[in-house]
Amino acid sequence: MSRRFRLVLFVVVAPVFAALFFLAARGLPDFGSEFHPYGDRAVAVATGQRATANVVSSVNFDQRGMDTLGEEFILFGSVIGTVVLLRPAPEEREVGRREAGRVLPTTRLAGYLLLPVTVLVGLYVIAHGQLSPGGGFQGGVVLATGWHLLYVAGRYAAIRRAAPPTVLEITESAAAAAFAAVGLAGLVVGGAFLANFLPTGSLGDLLSSGTVAVLNGAVGVAVAAAMVLLLSGFLEQAVVLRRANGEQEPM
Amino acid sequence: MTTLPYLVAGWLFLVGCYGLATSRNLVHTVACLTVAQSATYVLLLAVGFRAGATAPVFSDVPVGTRVVDPVVQALSLTDIVVSATVTAVLLALTIQIHKRHGTVDPDELRALRD
Repeated sequence: MSRRFRLVLFVVVAPVFAALFFLAARGLPDFGSEFHPYGDRAVAVATGQRATANVVSSVNFDQRGMDTLGEEFILFGSVIGTVVLLRPAPEEREVGRREAGRVLPTTRLAGYLLLPVTVLVGLYVIAHGQLSPGGGFQGGVVLATGWHLLYVAGRYAAIRRAAPPTVLEITESAAAAAFAAVGLAGLVVGGAFLANFLPTGSLGDLLSSGTVAVLNGAVGVAVAAAMVLLLSGFLEQAVVLRRANGEQEPM
Repeated sequence: MTTLPYLVAGWLFLVGCYGLATSRNLVHTVACLTVAQSATYVLLLAVGFRAGATAPVFSDVPVGTRVVDPVVQALSLTDIVVSATVTAVLLALTIQIHKRHGTVDPDELRALRD
């Protein structure tokens, strides 16, 4: 498809979509209305029987845990895809990375100071996923960000030493498997896949919500490992790999 | 204007599609796809909004407080995760295309193939 053809296609299809979408939007309940039957039921179950203060976490990891298992494996599959796509080509070789090329001392200091804060926030967001806004997905990304503060601080070689890709791949796989294992344990103990078989405690306690907290932990580890793998894959393209003839990658 | 937030979602989707149709750079194409996908976040959150209600988290507010719909928020979270991972795969593909062909312009790539 040439650009002209794509543009013509867009000009033809866009007004049709716009008209249909406008009619559909007119048929929706008014913005801000009181009509949320599924939401009301989800809130009632989460705050009552399941003792999960963060209803979004309850929907994600308990009431619709099956969907999140699928989501977890989408993440897993796309990380595998990216790692495979970004593997070094035969004509590329790794060049030695100069340790801390042109990093300002202040940047390095900021990196080192922010690293423990970021890791602590990441762990907090994962551990309180059942209580306050956040959870495994959000906290995992925060944890991975902490890792890359080391890169900003000019410690790329240290990152590679501390977390070789093999270790990350195993961690990612183990965390995804742990999610499925909790689901199977629910099948054995509770009679249904991903059944919430642990004691739910009382609303608002750190040890409440049963399997939601466990699954949040597994997802947090999986997402952190996945993000570090993805970002280090891209960093490797920019920092480590060069064509074998020594020519600089133009990107 | 009780339908305005829904129409914003439709507009975002069309803007993203326009970018996809006219893109001259695959990195820009991926960014346009992200814009089109963000229309779904706006639509989902607009559908779940309840006037004057708070977030569906009961750690600070008593049970029984009016809250917005948590189901669509959970869907948005799934949506964002999938969007981020798809973006990573597409950008990795773009890097490989650039290595193989030395260009990321869809029309130049087409010319190479013909």
